[in-house]
Amino acid sequence: MTQSQEKSRQITYVQAVNEAIEYEMANDPDVFIMGEDIAGGAGRANLGKQDAWGGVFRLTKGLIGKFGEDRVRDTPISEAGFIGAGVGAAATGMRPIVDLMFVGFFGVCGDQIVNNAAKMHYMFGGKVKIPITIITSTGAGTASAAQHSETLYSIFTHFPGLKCVSPSDPYTAKGLMTAAIRDDDPVIVFNHKLLMGRTVKPEMGKGIGFGSIVPEDSYEIPIGKALVPIEGTDITLIGISYTTLVCKEAAEELQQKGYSVEVIDLLSLSPMDNETIIKSVMKTRNVVIVDEDYPRCSIASDISALVAEEAFDYLDSPPVRITAPHTLVPYSLPLEMEFLPSKEKVVEAAVSILE
Amino acid sequence: MTNSKKTGIDKSTALWMYQTMITTRKFEAECRRQADQGKLRGMHSSIGQEAVPTGICAHLKDGDQILGTHRSHHHCIAKGVNLNEMMAELLGKATGTNKGKGGTMHIADINKGMLGANGVVGSNIPVAVGAALTAKLKKSQNVSVVFFGDGAVGQGVLYESMNLASIWKLPVVFVCENNRYAEATPFEYSMAGQSVAKRATGFDMPGINVDGQSVVEMYHASKIAIQKARSGEGPTLIEAMTYRYQGHFGADPPLTYRTEEEEALYKSKDCIRRMKSYLIDMGYSDEEKILEMDEKAQIAVSESVKFADESPFPNLEELHTEVYVKYE
Repeated sequence: MTQSQEKSRQITYVQAVNEAIEYEMANDPDVFIMGEDIAGGAGRANLGKQDAWGGVFRLTKGLIGKFGEDRVRDTPISEAGFIGAGVGAAATGMRPIVDLMFVGFFGVCGDQIVNNAAKMHYMFGGKVKIPITIITSTGAGTASAAQHSETLYSIFTHFPGLKCVSPSDPYTAKGLMTAAIRDDDPVIVFNHKLLMGRTVKPEMGKGIGFGSIVPEDSYEIPIGKALVPIEGTDITLIGISYTTLVCKEAAEELQQKGYSVEVIDLLSLSPMDNETIIKSVMKTRNVVIVDEDYPRCSIASDISALVAEEAFDYLDSPPVRITAPHTLVPYSLPLEMEFLPSKEKVVEAAVSILE
Repeated sequence: MTNSKKTGIDKSTALWMYQTMITTRKFEAECRRQADQGKLRGMHSSIGQEAVPTGICAHLKDGDQILGTHRSHHHCIAKGVNLNEMMAELLGKATGTNKGKGGTMHIADINKGMLGANGVVGSNIPVAVGAALTAKLKKSQNVSVVFFGDGAVGQGVLYESMNLASIWKLPVVFVCENNRYAEATPFEYSMAGQSVAKRATGFDMPGINVDGQSVVEMYHASKIAIQKARSGEGPTLIEAMTYRYQGHFGADPPLTYRTEEEEALYKSKDCIRRMKSYLIDMGYSDEEKILEMDEKAQIAVSESVKFADESPFPNLEELHTEVYVKYE
């Protein structure tokens, strides 16, 4: 045990993100954060309501008290306006963090993300850097229906110039958030709502540490690297964010059935750690990709193509994708559960490959 | 003009403004020639609109940032971007402002305070708000100025940006260059209320309508707006009434949607000709010295073509570099 591991503890995903932001704000005066209700109650300090919310998921709770309203800025509901302002602030020397409350709201501010944040560095011949971090929430399972439940990963990974990361637990959340803020490129951090403790089905909520040990000290998880939390030799399961937990649960069941399972926690969607994927698949010769996003033109399709192109001769079976169906996120509980990738679906797919 | 005479513009500023405008016009004319030769791959000419950024940039320092549009050569020149590098960029050369990766719609030189032209209508407006936010957070006393056309007034992000700038009292000046046409659509058709300036009222900021074909009027109007921004009193919206003499883009025949009479009317109020009279009127210059300034402009433009012609195209590896700052 290192000293920092001795000091480590289990904390929630939300606390982990909050710690990363707090540390970076304390250590770099150029870091500031803005978004809708990230403090909540802005301008009502006279009523003692500076920090009414701390963000809709409480990721920024307590920060306004520590850093003041200049650096923790509540915004009007104007995603295009304040994300565009974040781009301009980044271009002129700040390191803004902006909160796009739900990834589905991308629709009202996509221009600022894909035409400005992603393109200015290249388009301006490398003379301008855009070190902006966009945090956003993803995921179904919270009875929020079609507009507040998506996991729109691939729409962003499609664009050169953007980096995209998707933590799977408190440990990766803190390390990736730290890396994102320090990165000189625009980075989108996808935080899954179920990992942040939101659910209508309590057994699905991952409110506490779920085994993830989080050092108190600041640390980075490098953007572009996957982790391999479980090693095995018969089959590779690849998870993204929440579906990494699904893969781990499936792995446990498959191990009980006598299979040796490897789980890859993808973590970075752009750049993607192709090397770890290919290396694993060349070893296990079988792969199931578990992605909550829509199936068309998805990360799952991308990985499937990668494996087919670069490890075809090693494969014992075609790559299998477990994704959401090509439909929208429904409200009704049974429908929503049917929408989500599940341990059962993963186990069934793996068994049919390995049998 | 009589009012301007009273307030006065000092001689060196007035001469700089004329020189800037004539340089811009000759640069744009040269761009057209380069396009006709197939060397310059498409552009939106700013001829006719030179006074707008010139009157404003007379008040700006290098640390102040401006942002432009698809039609932005005049903004760049007024902010002091190097002509050689501009022409090299337009010809797609490695020595261009953007190393040949941006072209006519994206010229940027942050060291000169040109934070970039932007080809998506209205897209640059919140970015200017962000640059102003940096100025406020860093207490730099810098201001940002964003230019956009009457077409951008139809974009919602303008109002989001004006609102943010106003509630946060940011040092930004919103400048609508109302040249009467968004591509081929007249503003009389597309703009309810027929006034951009009036729209400032709801955002609790001054909205002023200025003769954008008079650099003297632009100078005086923007002086107040920029002083206000710099002193922390918040944003201003300026509607500069102007006219583009050419089509929306090179091959656009504007007489398909406007009349010869209208074109003649606006050309009769030409900003350069009026500034020439002003210089003589004020005793700042004479016909002979003005011809010298014209020649100086032509020489600078010709040199920019020579520089661009002699510059190499980018190496093919440049296709892949600078997508990211760091991407191992």
